[in-house]
Amino acid sequence: SQASLVRLHHRFQALDRSKKGYLSRMDLQRIGALAVNPLGDRIIESFFPDGGQQVDFAGFARVLAHFRPVDDEDIGNRDPKQPEPLNSRTNKLRFAFQLYDLDRDGKISRHEMLQVLRLMVGVQVTEEQLESIADRTVQEADEDGDGAVSFLEFTKSLEKMNIEQKMSIRILK
Amino acid sequence: MGRLCTLLGPLSVSHGAASPSPILFRELYLPPMHPLLSSPQGSLWKIFHLSHKVTSVVPESALLIVLGLVLGGIVWAADHIASFTLTPTVFFFYLLPPIVLDAGYFMPNRLFFGNLGTILLYAVIGTIWNAATTGLSLYGVFLSGLMGELQIGLLDFLLFGSLIAAVDPVAVLAVFEEVHVNEVLFIIVFGESLLNDAVTVVLYNVFESFVTLGSDNVTGVDCVKGIVSFFVVSLGGTLVGIVFAFLLSLVTRFTKHVRIIEPGFVFVISYLSYLTSEMLSLSAILAITFCGICCQKYVTANISEQSATTVRYTMKMLASGAETIIFMFLGISAVDPLIWTWNTAFVLLTLVFISVYRAIGVVLQTWILNRYRMVQLEIIDQVVMSYGGLRGAVAYALVVLLDQEKVKEKNLFVSTTIIVVFFTVIFQGLTIKPLVQWLKVKRSEQREPRLNEKLHGRAFDHILSAIEDISGQIGHNYLRDKWSNFDRKFLSKILMRRSAQKSRDRILNVFHELNLKDAISYVAEGERRGSLAFIRSPSTDNMVNVDFSTPRPSVVEASVSYLLRENVSAVCLDMQSLQQRRRSIRDTEDMVTHHTLQQYLYKPRQEYKYLYSRHGLAANEDEKQDKEIFHRTMRKRLESFKSAKLGVNQNKKAAKLYRRERAQKRRNSSIPNGKLPTESLAHSFPLGDKDLELSDPEEAPNYDAEETNGGIEFLANVTKDTASDSPTGIDNPVFSPDEDPTPSILARAPPWLCPGEAVVPSQRARVQIPHSPGHLRRLAPFRLSSSSADSVPPPAGPEEPPQPGPRDSTHM
Repeated sequence: SQASLVRLHHRFQALDRSKKGYLSRMDLQRIGALAVNPLGDRIIESFFPDGGQQVDFAGFARVLAHFRPVDDEDIGNRDPKQPEPLNSRTNKLRFAFQLYDLDRDGKISRHEMLQVLRLMVGVQVTEEQLESIADRTVQEADEDGDGAVSFLEFTKSLEKMNIEQKMSIRILK
Repeated sequence: MGRLCTLLGPLSVSHGAASPSPILFRELYLPPMHPLLSSPQGSLWKIFHLSHKVTSVVPESALLIVLGLVLGGIVWAADHIASFTLTPTVFFFYLLPPIVLDAGYFMPNRLFFGNLGTILLYAVIGTIWNAATTGLSLYGVFLSGLMGELQIGLLDFLLFGSLIAAVDPVAVLAVFEEVHVNEVLFIIVFGESLLNDAVTVVLYNVFESFVTLGSDNVTGVDCVKGIVSFFVVSLGGTLVGIVFAFLLSLVTRFTKHVRIIEPGFVFVISYLSYLTSEMLSLSAILAITFCGICCQKYVTANISEQSATTVRYTMKMLASGAETIIFMFLGISAVDPLIWTWNTAFVLLTLVFISVYRAIGVVLQTWILNRYRMVQLEIIDQVVMSYGGLRGAVAYALVVLLDQEKVKEKNLFVSTTIIVVFFTVIFQGLTIKPLVQWLKVKRSEQREPRLNEKLHGRAFDHILSAIEDISGQIGHNYLRDKWSNFDRKFLSKILMRRSAQKSRDRILNVFHELNLKDAISYVAEGERRGSLAFIRSPSTDNMVNVDFSTPRPSVVEASVSYLLRENVSAVCLDMQSLQQRRRSIRDTEDMVTHHTLQQYLYKPRQEYKYLYSRHGLAANEDEKQDKEIFHRTMRKRLESFKSAKLGVNQNKKAAKLYRRERAQKRRNSSIPNGKLPTESLAHSFPLGDKDLELSDPEEAPNYDAEETNGGIEFLANVTKDTASDSPTGIDNPVFSPDEDPTPSILARAPPWLCPGEAVVPSQRARVQIPHSPGHLRRLAPFRLSSSSADSVPPPAGPEEPPQPGPRDSTHM
């Protein structure tokens, strides 16, 4: 909405210290709390599609739009021909999926899973355990047996989860 | 359920113990005795089994009330006098405090303060709303003449409204414990019931004094006084609680040599806070609640492990006992013909009004709240909240306190209150569980989620909190940060023992013991997995342990306490986890995987919460992972940062580093033990790295100096902190590579060896590693530096031991 866009723009300007009109990775990395977020760097990366070095406000808002809560009315009124809005379930999932899928081949390989796991799991888990966890996770979701999790399989493994709620932020309405 | 089992416990145990031998007896020797012996046993068994079924449907509080009614009936039948009643004195001075203290002491603080705004609104506005509307509506109906002739004025109705309005903490706890709704819903209803006490007390006192004055003499000044007294009572009560919590924390700081009376202090001083505020006619419930909430952190840090256990169990025991007594006595007290005055219209309308107005109030307030809340309260939540507005013993005790002289219809009020309490506790308590199931209220998680769900769910939480940070929400997270800073800088210094201050991060006092247990658990896990592979390679694994358990024993603690929780404390073992374990024997590996994930997955910010539970003792969630993640992130970032921005300085610094390493080597590698040089070398690298870190912000001030919460400056703080806590960096002998012949050397290990700073491995060390990057990241400095040390032949020959003194001062 208008108000939240304005608010976001203020935030954007606050992050953009040197008033460049765009954000660099450094700007985002400065947010203190992100440093203790195990996935912080991945998320920062996701603001810079295709390895770009800067993101303008439009891009900034577009990424954040993934996290708008889903409105029931929106779904009812939506023109089926239009592309799905960014905050749809699929797109929310795709956003998450891309955090895993580093090489952008549309699949989460065992290696990629292992990397994420390594970020998210405390240091005291042995490598051996980590690997077995990654194996199991991939196995559990892998249906066609290619040893990797495709987006479809990813969606399927999470179908019981309330993504709409889990991946939404109230303030971005 | 738990309590009922304890009640039935002796019965079942004696019965169970008795049963095998008679059966044997009967079958072998005395077949004719069969019916005589077996039938009483059979029926007993049936009752006992039935009780399981019954308690799963009927809340215990309702059962206790019924039991109380039966007992009261027996007593009354015996001598036609209600010999035992629940007197307000007993209730307020002996039965209520333990329950409230228990609630406060085990309050999930994060959850509570996170929802404090919501809770306060419901507690204050909601209660006033309930009191006013109920009182006024009853008065309106009374004017219409539906109730017949009663000697009641408007003020009496308002007085009655104020005492019947408040949701009762005891009843809410008793019922919601068994209905496992999600934690937000629970904390809101529960918090409301605790905090609305101040409102109830004030309203009650104000209207009582108004009634005493007589309705003609009430002036505007009195009303203003009433409003002012609300703030005095509530804030005063809170303040008394906080002051006593401070006192209590301070006292427990100095009880090192009188361990045996530590638990006593906890109870006595908390109770003192209750009495004090009661004496000052402030809100006693608020006082003892906040006393519990505020002291829990410091007290648990200060007192010894045994005392903490004693406190926990005693508190739970007292609270459970008090609750049982309260409900039983409610039942018993109801059997007294003297107090019963029936007025159908009044009773029924009271029931209708309190339910309807509660629902309306909840909906209205939620509508306002939802504009500000991040987690929306859905319609279903609102239904449960309005339905969960149980009235209980507080209302009963208050109504019994009324003066027959002033309030002419006291008996009507008393009997109506009893009806209301019984109705809410028994009827609503009975139906709330099916209602929750029927409405599919989000329950607290019961099933074990699949691996994918667990992992991705956690990932989503991390993503969300990151996005929140980026989109710049400043909410209670921000305030919490400020508070914890304040706490760390001032409060903890005053209130915690020196050892506890260190061990708050490092938990050194239990560290030794825990390490041992951890080692045992490692072996056990290895056996479970059918391989001892990772134990057989001590060179790596012990290294890892030495490294990471020292800076973050909290993690070790978590794992061990997890195991302990699973194995030892039977309190937490519900049937489900039993099943889990049984199944786990079949599917070992799966269990291990889940187990590992469960334990070690980083928890996102919002998830540091555990539910308050009367019977279960939840272990404190450890929050030190932040530091760990922070170090890992910073390490990565520093690398790229250095290579990107300080490319020129790199060589100079590397040279400096090299020189320092040489110096260190000369100092440290002097230990005769074959393995120790490696280790002390390993220690020496981090030193250089720390200098590197510290020098970074100086050399790049344009990036970091002005950033208050910016990463790197913070890092400097962290290193400072760790330096000041330095003596904790001592390695635990348990995990040194082998039984250490010279523990004194380790004991003298200088402060700057604290592995807290060791996380940034030097570039140089990194380059020399032929291992995979995965190992590199995880095993961090020890492995790295030890292998880099391998590449340099360790110089032999004894030299002077490390000298911590001067070095230390340079880093402070």
